[in-house]
Amino acid sequence: MDILRIPTVTGVDIELSIAGTGGRSYAFVIDWHIRALLALGWVFAAVLLFRQPGGPLASGGASAYLLVGAPAALLYSLYHPVLEIAMRGRTPGKRIAGVRIVRRDGGIPSAVQLLVRNLFRLIDSLPFMYCVGLVATMLTRQSVRIGDIAAGTLLVYDEESDSALDDAVSRGVGRLGLERASLAGELVARWRDLRPAVRVALARRLLADVGNPPGDADEPELRTMLEDLAR
Amino acid sequence: MRETAKWIEGRLPVWREVARQVEAVEHGRAAAAADVLGIVRAYPEIARDLALARALAPNAPLTRRLERLYLALHRSLFERPRRLGHDLASLFLRDAPAAARSLAWHIVWVTALFFASATAGAWLVNQYPEVVGLFASEAMIEQVQAGRLWTDGLLNVLPSSVLAVNIFTNNITVAVFALVVGIFYGLGTAYIVGMNGMMLGAVFSYTAQHGLAIRLFEFVAAHGFVELSVIMIAGACGVSLGEALARPGHLTRSEAFRRATGRAIPLLVVCCAFLVGAGLIEGYVSPNPAYPLWARLAIGLAYLGLLIVVLSGALDRLVRRESRAAA
Repeated sequence: MDILRIPTVTGVDIELSIAGTGGRSYAFVIDWHIRALLALGWVFAAVLLFRQPGGPLASGGASAYLLVGAPAALLYSLYHPVLEIAMRGRTPGKRIAGVRIVRRDGGIPSAVQLLVRNLFRLIDSLPFMYCVGLVATMLTRQSVRIGDIAAGTLLVYDEESDSALDDAVSRGVGRLGLERASLAGELVARWRDLRPAVRVALARRLLADVGNPPGDADEPELRTMLEDLAR
Repeated sequence: MRETAKWIEGRLPVWREVARQVEAVEHGRAAAAADVLGIVRAYPEIARDLALARALAPNAPLTRRLERLYLALHRSLFERPRRLGHDLASLFLRDAPAAARSLAWHIVWVTALFFASATAGAWLVNQYPEVVGLFASEAMIEQVQAGRLWTDGLLNVLPSSVLAVNIFTNNITVAVFALVVGIFYGLGTAYIVGMNGMMLGAVFSYTAQHGLAIRLFEFVAAHGFVELSVIMIAGACGVSLGEALARPGHLTRSEAFRRATGRAIPLLVVCCAFLVGAGLIEGYVSPNPAYPLWARLAIGLAYLGLLIVVLSGALDRLVRRESRAAA
């Protein structure tokens, strides 16, 4: 994962992990579903509200366009620019995916930058299904699409702080020390990625090291014990 | 290990308090002086804590939490506060005029291209009337041949509101396209401007052959001046993007492209706002036969004057003078 390093006056750089094509696509797909549902929801709601005889839709084309088509098109097309400006570089999809738009110096992008980024969707979406944008994120060093290059922005991982998690981490750290709490947390997080023999051996060693020998515990029990430890 | 745990236990209340202060300053209505001072003092302290945590356990959740806290502090201290009203005023009063000044020669060249294309289109249709089919639809041609304009009775087909929304949406799309296709080294923009120019020249030439040119001018007089000016300004913005890519100077191509876009966008935003007005005029005034030519010309030229006042920076000078006088 590429890192964006932002120098600061204290000499301790801020490090942000740059979101790759996968993270970006994940956020985009969620947002696409939300805006498509919003637009469709409006169409259904407007038709249900206005379709009665003598109602605004009874007169035909123009009213249908103004009451049904135009607001739905606006919802769909203004979803990204409006929400990105209002949520300071995020959208619901980006929030769920844990990513955020930032300037190249790590700051929150201005409204003009976010607008630029969105105008260039016209190019990024060519010739269909965001092919240009997708290829650009695969080929560029910081996984940016044309809109990001134009606006001087990029997507970074930026998880929201969770006070419950903070407390859990703090308790674990208080009991085990920073290195071991970190080890236990990482082992739990990477449990599925490790080979069974390796994860079992690591878990046994760690549990024994903190004075909690696992005995004959099997694999699921070891994982539960580790989770308890990290908590 | 015991020392680390002790250090963390000692620092935890501080980190929690700093997180609270950042939250209060960033999301509260008015920041308390104590919270702001607390953030200023905490910044180097958290930097030191983070450096220590990174050295002890670089990927630990607690280190990640400290990274986030440090970033939030950094943004809180160094980020410019958002002032939407001020930024919007600055966009119309200073940013767009500055961009228009710096793109003056681009605007001149694009205007020249537009008129050259219009002349070419007019000459082409004048010499070979049968090629008008390249620029106008069959329905339009049939109406002109029957001595009518396709704009006649437009209000019987669509109400003004729908017409206006359709028109300004379409015009804004064209303006945005004229800008973004500048990414193809300016050629995309040149194509759009050239084609629009040829189309205008060809249609005017064809209507002139059927004695309808004055009526067509009457139709476009109220909205056309601003609409065409904006398309040319958008074209100039697009050409400047192409130029930045083709001739980046001492900058990298991406940096030159980014700067050119940053310069062009405020101008485009202001132009799009004017296109909304032009769309409303085209929906409500242009198809309405109740407005005589002099009234249409007055509206069109007054609106063009307003565009020039804004983009020349005269409005900014006026506002400054007024505020000085008020002070």
